[in-house]
Amino acid sequence: MQKPKIATASLAGCFGCHMSLLDIDDRILKLIDLVDFDKSPVDDIKEFTGRCLVGLIEGGCCNEENVRVLQEFRKHCDILISVGDCAIDGGLPALRNGIPLKECLTEAYITGPTVYNPSGKIPSDSEIPLLLDRIYPCHEVVKIDYYLPGCPPPADTLWQALTALLSGKPIDLPYELIKYD
Amino acid sequence: MNEKTVTFIVDGKEIKARPEQTIMKACDEAGVYIPRLCAFKDLSPFGSCRVCTVKVNGRPQAACTQPVGEGIVVESQTAEIQQIRRNIIDMLFVEGNHFCMFCEKSGNCELQAMAYRLGILAPKFPYMFPVRGVDASHPDIFIDWNRCILCARCIRTSCEIDGKNAYGFIGRGPHKRVATNSSAGLKGTDADVSDKAPANCPVGSLMYKRIGYAVPIGCRLYDKNPIGSDIEMKKTT
Repeated sequence: MQKPKIATASLAGCFGCHMSLLDIDDRILKLIDLVDFDKSPVDDIKEFTGRCLVGLIEGGCCNEENVRVLQEFRKHCDILISVGDCAIDGGLPALRNGIPLKECLTEAYITGPTVYNPSGKIPSDSEIPLLLDRIYPCHEVVKIDYYLPGCPPPADTLWQALTALLSGKPIDLPYELIKYD
Repeated sequence: MNEKTVTFIVDGKEIKARPEQTIMKACDEAGVYIPRLCAFKDLSPFGSCRVCTVKVNGRPQAACTQPVGEGIVVESQTAEIQQIRRNIIDMLFVEGNHFCMFCEKSGNCELQAMAYRLGILAPKFPYMFPVRGVDASHPDIFIDWNRCILCARCIRTSCEIDGKNAYGFIGRGPHKRVATNSSAGLKGTDADVSDKAPANCPVGSLMYKRIGYAVPIGCRLYDKNPIGSDIEMKKTT
């Protein structure tokens, strides 16, 4: 029988949640016995090759590309999980949610005290994804099935959640594994 | 001395109390924890956060203000009440800016601990991302309104314990917030580093400066033991 597939993505995140996944240490060998990785930075597969059982999303949506990737994950994954605080509530990037976008870009590229930018322009190349007006938590963009909070979620949280899902059991996390920091 | 006691039922368990006690006080003494945020052991009851909501003879009441009564039947740990509590905590999270990942109070925060205890993985309401400020004008204390949950513990501590009047509420409804008793901000008040008010803030809103992150992760107040376990420990002793 074919192994179920997992896909992962880092949107507006720092890759810390992916690091936490690697932090399951030698259990990663067991994980590889249980699943194949599809589109993911872990194996550098860029496009979906088929239907996936689980999609792990790190980071919220800060630009149009994040939204596109997230919608693609929803289309290809049976179960979509928001992993980490950025995916769940915007996280650190959401600190800009109270600041108008123009003000944000002006300070970052023109008026900031350490900025060196002789052109005096805000980058607007069509290759650069357009920023959204604010950070959107993933569940405000697509339907999310499970949430694993933490910054990052502990490796044990990810391991327990994944093994529960793969064996068809509900995710039942003990007190020590629910953390917001 | 008045030796009179009343007996009442909490979740099927018989509890004896003195008639002047509130349901929460009586339950605390009996080792039955009722979740709470605005109630604090050294302060008079306030009844604003409603996290301690219980059903008394079928009617919702705040356990921190409701007196005990002979033969009353109290429901606390039912699925319905726990869901009400979860909803309140959810609302407190979405109506502020609670960045646990870099908050100095994380691990010692009662709002966060309550969410852990109630098993909340993510709030179900939409985030409001309000624009709120910080008052760091005082040399030893600061206020971060992003984290304030309007429990009034700072206001009450300042009055009842510190013997001052450094804080107060202004505004109503969604505009309500804690204000300092000076137009110059915190530095213009008589708030002082020896005040108890910052210590009694359940979240990271009113804080002493320069002591953040003093305790490593894993050793903080609620890292291993859920909030309320100190009260529940009394059961076995």
